[in-house]
Amino acid sequence: MTAAGSADRAARPGALWIVPAALFFGVFAGVPLVLTAVLSFTSWNGLGTPAFNGLDNWSRVLSDDAVWESLRISLVFMVLCWLVQTPLALLLGVWAAGRELNRAVLSSIFFLPLLMSTAAIAISWRVLLDPNFGLAATIGPYIGFPDGNIVGSQHGAVAAVVIVIAWQFVPFHTLLYQGAARQIPQMLYDAALIDGASRVRQFWHITLPQLRHTIVTSSVLMLVGSLTYFETILIVTNGGPGSATMVLPQRMYLSAFQSFQMGYASVIALVLAALGTALSLLIVRFSGFAKMRSTLEGI
Amino acid sequence: MAVLRQEGAVSVARGRRRGGTRRARRRPNWAAGLAALAWLVFVGVPIYLMVKDSFQPKDAYLDGGPLSPPHSLTLDNFGQVFDSGYARYLVNTAIVTAASVVLTALLAYPAAYAIVRARSRIVSATFRIFLAGLAVPAQATIIPVYLMITRMHLYDSPTAIILPTVAFGLPLSVLVLSSALRDVPRELYEAMTIDGGGSFRLMWSLALPLSRASLTTISVYSALNAWNGFLFPLILTQSPEQRVQTLGLWNFQNEFGSNVPGLMAAVVLSALPIFVVYLFARRWLIAGLAGVGGK
Repeated sequence: MTAAGSADRAARPGALWIVPAALFFGVFAGVPLVLTAVLSFTSWNGLGTPAFNGLDNWSRVLSDDAVWESLRISLVFMVLCWLVQTPLALLLGVWAAGRELNRAVLSSIFFLPLLMSTAAIAISWRVLLDPNFGLAATIGPYIGFPDGNIVGSQHGAVAAVVIVIAWQFVPFHTLLYQGAARQIPQMLYDAALIDGASRVRQFWHITLPQLRHTIVTSSVLMLVGSLTYFETILIVTNGGPGSATMVLPQRMYLSAFQSFQMGYASVIALVLAALGTALSLLIVRFSGFAKMRSTLEGI
Repeated sequence: MAVLRQEGAVSVARGRRRGGTRRARRRPNWAAGLAALAWLVFVGVPIYLMVKDSFQPKDAYLDGGPLSPPHSLTLDNFGQVFDSGYARYLVNTAIVTAASVVLTALLAYPAAYAIVRARSRIVSATFRIFLAGLAVPAQATIIPVYLMITRMHLYDSPTAIILPTVAFGLPLSVLVLSSALRDVPRELYEAMTIDGGGSFRLMWSLALPLSRASLTTISVYSALNAWNGFLFPLILTQSPEQRVQTLGLWNFQNEFGSNVPGLMAAVVLSALPIFVVYLFARRWLIAGLAGVGGK
């Protein structure tokens, strides 16, 4: 029996095998996405029945300065989070890729924040940031907050949220970079050493170029992820002071589940989804990631 | 997005497999070491305070400043946390987590098997929909999910949390499982078919044992997702009887915000199960985490 002949004899499952998963995903994720679009053209208070009201929600959202302000804050968070986390995660990941014992021990501590839920992290940090009893009261005076009320000032609150998010997510991105840095062939470094390249030159000319796929991956996850930070801000600052940290998801949550303007909130939800998708497509296109596809396992 | 997350998971896995061959660097890197120590302080101090405060008496936890060594240890805070109903929240979360893991595996595995083995356009089209689904943020669908769950009379029940949690975990699970199943050699399927195995037996006795590793990975991934979930429980449940641990923490903070040791005891308790897994099955936890971060 030849190999080619037997290939067709192995029993193959029918298309029905995928139906349960497809149905489940379709009903609880696919249909809701379509419904969000439908609801954005309706007026609905969460009870009763949604009633179509044409483009009302859209024109209200587009002319609402508060929404534009939230969009601006979301984008500021996105940029700040990327700027803070990427260099840190990159350096820590490359460092943690080394096999020395001290690096292994320290890395296992660095990864501890990964074990906590967003809620637990945000709550612990809110305690630390408490102007009266937290660490903020002790450290505040040294960094320009004599009363320790870091989260009470506009810039302080933004910085606090960025720091809490970095504390939570840098370990994850470090993990990505650590895995990738261990893939770099040692040969490259040996060759560079023979050429007398310094450690800094090795980093710029070997490590960084070799990590470019991971930089794209990590950046997409970070930038798109930053559009959906919700729990952290809800717990640490609840959008305040004033609306200094009122990002789009916060605005959507308030409109939907506090003011019960579901149609209006659906418009914001769609903007969020579109922004995230557009962002990942853009990065993938301009970084040439599509061409890198073929080098990946799976798919 | 799909490919990106996939690469994340894969690169972590690869790093583990082949990393052993890499030699240690020649000379110590002092600058990097110092930076790592700075990061250790940044990561370590909050964790130290969380753990320390949780064992301090409520009226004395501030004595000697926040960074002082612990003085008098007590377990009262943990008792207090349990008295205020936190055990109930942990049980609720455990139920949601167990159900989500089982349901995810039951749905994702046959789907991944079909994606790799079936020769059908419908299957490959569905796979593409799953890939696109990776990019959908849960927040963008939360309003209709709320509408559907209330219409199905499931509001304020564990099922209300489980259904969307599983749905949003499916794309990545299917992706991870199908790339593992692709590695099962075709010859093995053929050999077993000659022995008289049907499709179900091929999946059950051939493919399943060979893809146990990725099945574990997706189980850890969906368990973490469910255990730490916040948005779906926040929107889809209400009563204290149905509360999960993350909402319980938030509720504690709003009700007993000034009882810091109690709050920290609850935080420590909420992370304890995952910490235990980290101690005994670090490899699997890291693999599962690599998936979670994508959310």
